[in-house]
Amino acid sequence: MFDIEVENLTKRFGDFVAVDALNFSVEHGEVFGLLGPNGAGKSTLIRMLTTLVPPTSGTARVNGFDVIREENAVRQSIGVIPQAMTSDLDLTAIENMSIFAKLYGIPREKRLRTIKTLLKEVDLEQWADKPVKMFSGGMRRRLEIARGLVHEPKIFFLDEPTTGLDPVSRVAVWEMLVRLKSERDLTILMTTHYMDEADKLCDRIAIVDHGKLVALDSPLKLKASIPGRNILEVSFTSMPQNWLETLKNLPDVAEVKADENIFRISSHNGPRTTVALMEAARGANATVASLSVQSTTLDDVFVHYTGHQLRDTLQAPSALDSPFMMKRGGM
Amino acid sequence: MHRVWAIIERDLRRFRRSPVLVIVSIIMPMVQLVVLGYAFGGVIRNLKLGVVDEDHGVPAIKLKEMFQAVAANARTFAPLYYTDKGTAMRDLRNGTLNGVLDIPPLFSRKVLAGATPRIALAEDNTDQFSSSALEGVIDQMLPAFNSAPVQPRMTADATLAVVEVYPYVPYIQYLLPGVIVLAIFVSAMIGGGIIFIDDKARGLHEGYLVTPIRKFELILGFTLSGAAKAIIAGFVLVTLGSIIAGIPDPLNIVRLAKMLLLVVATSLALISMMFLIMVRVSDPLVPRAIFGMLNTVLYFPSGAVYPQQSFPGWMKAIAVVDPFTYAVHGFKQLVLKNTGLMAISGDLLFLFVFTALAMTAATLLFRRTL
Repeated sequence: MFDIEVENLTKRFGDFVAVDALNFSVEHGEVFGLLGPNGAGKSTLIRMLTTLVPPTSGTARVNGFDVIREENAVRQSIGVIPQAMTSDLDLTAIENMSIFAKLYGIPREKRLRTIKTLLKEVDLEQWADKPVKMFSGGMRRRLEIARGLVHEPKIFFLDEPTTGLDPVSRVAVWEMLVRLKSERDLTILMTTHYMDEADKLCDRIAIVDHGKLVALDSPLKLKASIPGRNILEVSFTSMPQNWLETLKNLPDVAEVKADENIFRISSHNGPRTTVALMEAARGANATVASLSVQSTTLDDVFVHYTGHQLRDTLQAPSALDSPFMMKRGGM
Repeated sequence: MHRVWAIIERDLRRFRRSPVLVIVSIIMPMVQLVVLGYAFGGVIRNLKLGVVDEDHGVPAIKLKEMFQAVAANARTFAPLYYTDKGTAMRDLRNGTLNGVLDIPPLFSRKVLAGATPRIALAEDNTDQFSSSALEGVIDQMLPAFNSAPVQPRMTADATLAVVEVYPYVPYIQYLLPGVIVLAIFVSAMIGGGIIFIDDKARGLHEGYLVTPIRKFELILGFTLSGAAKAIIAGFVLVTLGSIIAGIPDPLNIVRLAKMLLLVVATSLALISMMFLIMVRVSDPLVPRAIFGMLNTVLYFPSGAVYPQQSFPGWMKAIAVVDPFTYAVHGFKQLVLKNTGLMAISGDLLFLFVFTALAMTAATLLFRRTL
């Protein structure tokens, strides 16, 4: 049985099709990434799976429960970290978690124990009694991750978990997620805009565009699936005459740039060019000082599947943009 | 119920950390009580009445002596004597005088002949409060002027004997019931309107919606926590307001207990009304924009500042369904008359039924999805 099963799932808002007959399944223990440009339908999809938005047609089962007919069983099985930071800034870390534990009806004894353990797991133990408004973005995100796990869900939904965090905090969140996932036997479905994040964390990645699934595979296979463009950076301690010409004539080479003894070679086929380069060097008695081959990144995969154009589409105005909202805490 | 308590706990903890909003909702009505109470409540004094005596007879002199008596005692007006009617009228039009009283030529002769003597009062009726005060005093003065020096022991004239059931109620006390309700309303508006919508816009409600909480539990939690804050504001106003307005024995425990019951009923009614209005709103501007209008539409038809009997039909119709009306009526009974619970049972019944209906409607309209 799959932890998440989606069949012909569709969501229309008037004439606009946000999610168009999607089909996919997520296995138990998998980290499943949803990638796509802004407005591709990722958030709508997550909201349907977390019972926040009813689908127009199709079915979705989460932990074996139907998101429409057995919504409360679904809610009990999932932990959700929405995109917006939703912790209560005036309350302390422990209070924020305790409120949610109570919303899930966890008995007092277990509640105190679970909260303590979770705060320790996300390294916030020493700040447990401090108001969240004094927390940095990374600390707030970690607190929300802990809060989402307070009822020991089986499936964890994260909507852009590291957006707006500095690089160090991002890495901290990643490590935390990897550890929590294995310790707690979680299945994770996450959306992200960061390709390095998807590459590092996800077992499989679904690229969604215009509400449709355009690619679905492991990061490695996705990268292999597109015509590559590798960059070889090579430097030599000694080299013969006309070496630049020789390099340009290697198989599959598109372009060579030289800076004294360092060469930057663009190739359509990294492995073949590399082998040929080494052979040529040996034959010409050139000594290689360093060599690196950069392979295709998920950015290339993303652009390949979703096109190059900027997607300038209009979206519904957000209430958060209202100048009338009261200022709270660090916002 | 544990979920309802979780919502209440969250809200009250937040309130404890930043009680500014509730303090604001107490101070605003308190300022209104004091300023409005003294602005309208006072006895009108020292109006300027121009007196033109064109008669100079003995009855005219008697009349002028009576004016002096008013000026010396009640001090409603001070007479200024003019020899020329034209000058007096010009001063009236210029706003120097509040009224001109003309004792016409032949006044004395008509008095003595019993031939319907008249004096004329020209008044600046752009200010109705002043002109009716002036008119009232002169009206009261004339029977004394008219009475014969020797009174018959028995007359056939019907007279009115007025018994005032309650001690004199100054306007500030008349205003207090409305102001208590206003404090509860402001608190409901901030807690049930502005904070509710801001939390929604911020995504805090999304956090609730992904848990297995039921619609009714959410509405009940929001209502009870909002009501708790409104009750605090209302009860502070009940006690402090009673002291400021000079209600006799303001800290009487039995009356405070009755007032607390009415504060609870009013808070529940106004908060649930607010949630009903806001249940489908998501723009943070809306509660701010309708704040003033709601206040006007609910507060003034309630009879808090002026008797409802003077209202046109459409305004009376608003008053019938307006929870303010019943709350204000109830507080008037308790604050001004110190009645028992029976006297406000109708008001309590309306407020509780209103709460139940508003909460049911809000639950039905509440969207469990985004």
